[in-house]
Amino acid sequence: MSNNTEQTGHTEHIVSPGLYLTIFIALMVLTGTTYFAAQVDLNRYFTALNIIVALLIATCKATLVILFFMHAKYSSKRTQLIIICGVVWLGIMLFMTLSDYASRHLDVH
Amino acid sequence: MHRTGELYGQFQTLEQQKESATLGMWTFLITEILFFGGLFLTYTINRHTYPEVFSFASRTIKLSWGAINTVVLIGSSLTMAMSVWAAQVGKKKLVTFFLLATLILGSVFLGIKAIEYRAKFVEHHVPGASFDMYYCSNNPEACEMSPEDLAKEKSELAALEKAVGGPVAVNSHSQLFFSLYFGMTGLHALHMIIGAGLLIWLVVESMKGRFTPQYNTPVENIGLYWHFVDIVWIYLFPLLYLIDRH
Repeated sequence: MSNNTEQTGHTEHIVSPGLYLTIFIALMVLTGTTYFAAQVDLNRYFTALNIIVALLIATCKATLVILFFMHAKYSSKRTQLIIICGVVWLGIMLFMTLSDYASRHLDVH
Repeated sequence: MHRTGELYGQFQTLEQQKESATLGMWTFLITEILFFGGLFLTYTINRHTYPEVFSFASRTIKLSWGAINTVVLIGSSLTMAMSVWAAQVGKKKLVTFFLLATLILGSVFLGIKAIEYRAKFVEHHVPGASFDMYYCSNNPEACEMSPEDLAKEKSELAALEKAVGGPVAVNSHSQLFFSLYFGMTGLHALHMIIGAGLLIWLVVESMKGRFTPQYNTPVENIGLYWHFVDIVWIYLFPLLYLIDRH
């Protein structure tokens, strides 16, 4: 990790290749986990457990990519706020629409 | 457009100038999150409505190709991040090397996608006039099915018909799945093709020695775009390929 001082005196955080490689290995482990978890019937233990586990793992992977590959961890608070807002907005769309569907009893077949 | 990273009039500091570019890219990515988010929402509602048929249709997609593509794409994110690092430490040749590696891995991904799409075409799983979920069980040689696979597919189709009320429902519900499959992976692939175009531009510019520790904003921001496309796939893979593999 080295510092790079620009004209303004601002130091830019440089993420080391070692950390990138570590994150990549973590992502590979998580990919393997989700692959093998899909082969096991988890729905026996709890309704929809398979998809819950799959989405949890995917969210862990996405978080690692956002924090380290996309440098969110090393970005300004302003940038971090914008990122969180994006996720919140997605959450609004998902939560409101799905609760709309969940609260109606539609006959499909 | 500044080519060397000198300070433009409306900015007070270089740091502010660089951050404004990054914020611009993040704002665009938020619109992309909502863009794909709408499709994911549609998929979620449809899958919840037709769980058995979606499960069956998902299992006709080869899992190994999807898994390999996941590894390839995450690998390309690694090489993309490494190209930013190389620019930050002034290793100009490595910048080009890692950008090329990212481009190659992205192309491998697209190639495998083409193989997958062709398989779907052969099996009559492409939505449209010739869509037929029963094509493979009626033409096992064309779909390269072994006798055991054929027997399994026939029994699963029979069970499906009981669950949803007949072959017409089986076909219409699975056509929904494949419309979403092609829509979502197709939109994703389009984003990758655009990303590949951006990478080609980056490779050419990096060979001119344009990216330095003082100025590497295009590498960083196109990297943000590339990582986002990777994240979309990170969600696509379990949702489309891993519904019911047990």
